[in-house]
Amino acid sequence: MTWGKDALSLENRERLLSIASPVALLLVWQLMSWAGLLDPRFIPSPIGIGKAAYALLRSGELLQNIWVSLIRILAGFVIGAVPGILIGLAMGVSRWVRAAIDPLVAALFPIPKISLLPLIMLYLGIGEASKIALVALGVVFLVLINAMAGVLAIDPIHFDVAKNYGAPRYKLWTRVVIPGALPMIFVGMRLGIGVAFIVIVAAEFVAARSGIGYLIWTSWETLRIENMFVGIITITVLGVLTTLVLHEIERLAMPWRREHA
Amino acid sequence: MSKSFRTRRGETHALRGINLEIGVSEFLCIVGPSGCGKTTLLRILAGLETQTSGTVTIAQDDPSRPLNSMVFQDHSLFPWLTVLDNAAFGLEMRGVPRTERYEKSRALLESVGLTRFSEYYPHQLSGGMKQRVSLVRAFVTDPEVLLMDEPFAALDAQNKVLLQDELLRIWEASRKTVVYITHSIEEALALGDRIIVMTSSPGQLKETIPVEFPRPRNIFELRARPEFGAISARIWEILELEVLKAREAQP
Repeated sequence: MTWGKDALSLENRERLLSIASPVALLLVWQLMSWAGLLDPRFIPSPIGIGKAAYALLRSGELLQNIWVSLIRILAGFVIGAVPGILIGLAMGVSRWVRAAIDPLVAALFPIPKISLLPLIMLYLGIGEASKIALVALGVVFLVLINAMAGVLAIDPIHFDVAKNYGAPRYKLWTRVVIPGALPMIFVGMRLGIGVAFIVIVAAEFVAARSGIGYLIWTSWETLRIENMFVGIITITVLGVLTTLVLHEIERLAMPWRREHA
Repeated sequence: MSKSFRTRRGETHALRGINLEIGVSEFLCIVGPSGCGKTTLLRILAGLETQTSGTVTIAQDDPSRPLNSMVFQDHSLFPWLTVLDNAAFGLEMRGVPRTERYEKSRALLESVGLTRFSEYYPHQLSGGMKQRVSLVRAFVTDPEVLLMDEPFAALDAQNKVLLQDELLRIWEASRKTVVYITHSIEEALALGDRIIVMTSSPGQLKETIPVEFPRPRNIFELRARPEFGAISARIWEILELEVLKAREAQP
């Protein structure tokens, strides 16, 4: 079985390489910093960033800011996604609902949500509510549009089957509409979570006293470049982690999409 | 009974003067050129479309049973339901409790050799297996009439005959009234008690041919008989004219 062994070691080599290349990059970066090729006022060394991260962790500042940002993102996400799914599904099912709401969506969706921040602060104050509302606005349209598209993409034969077998209205929803639209609903939520991160960082730059966006912004104002890098890396890792969690939820929610023999 | 559609170019008549009586336990096959409205006729019987004029009456002796259940063409299984849940779909819609509907569906799944696949999803099945599940889904609801819209059209030749055989076997056990749409003369001859040939658009009933092969039938044996070829040729003569007309009508 020489052939099989080769294939396996090829795969392992690939895996090794994909770990080795970022490590090598960090190493080169660090060496260049030591050699004085990188100006520490603009590009701090990896070890410098690590030290800054450690200090921010020990003071509790980092965790505090992560917590605040995460709560804003999750609260806004839920407040945006739930009505987005419901309205989107209703639009997919009923051409009348679609005709009524489509123009509103077409008019409101293109507004860059961050441009609404001052207006929202005027209505909801400068507290948490305005940030959560902004995230919700960023999420709702993406989820809504995709949920609607999800229903419209269901093969019409499935509605025929449901009708022919006398499906009551609630069964039509639980057995046809919702599972049929689920893949697209998850597409909408993935896009939504991405926008939630963009919106929250931008909002925290200008209108918050806490959060990862705030951390990045104050680091810029005080020229603590290491802290800025820590903030950027933190928000990126949070983004990757939430996407992974969403992906896992997606896998559990749609067992029929899992490939197995 | 008739059916017309309003289109931009005015009214199109899909079906005209359909007058048809189907006996209890009869296996009726309807053949016709493509576009003759045979699917529309079936969809009207299924309650999926409404006729423009005329009435459809299905005698019902037990109101707890559905009037009709349809076996659709390809792709009608729900990808998100397991084989068992797909098979039990009709019963679930009628509010049959879970244990009962699973029990009934399992029994029929077993009779078509799919027990092992109860927990599979449709995408893990072959085309023939999927249509077996479709058959089970319809039969298990125990309707007054079974409606079938070219259920095996997408299968390869060997699978088609196997499935026809299997359909006959399940059908022998219940002898439900069946209306079966097909464009294949051989299929209609192998399955039906009676064949109705439809004209090209607007669809009308052209001719009725009784099929007197004894039951239970073995389709491989049946197709080897000399009479099979003779009747098949006769029906083709009737149908050919309509197929040619249908072809000319195409833009």
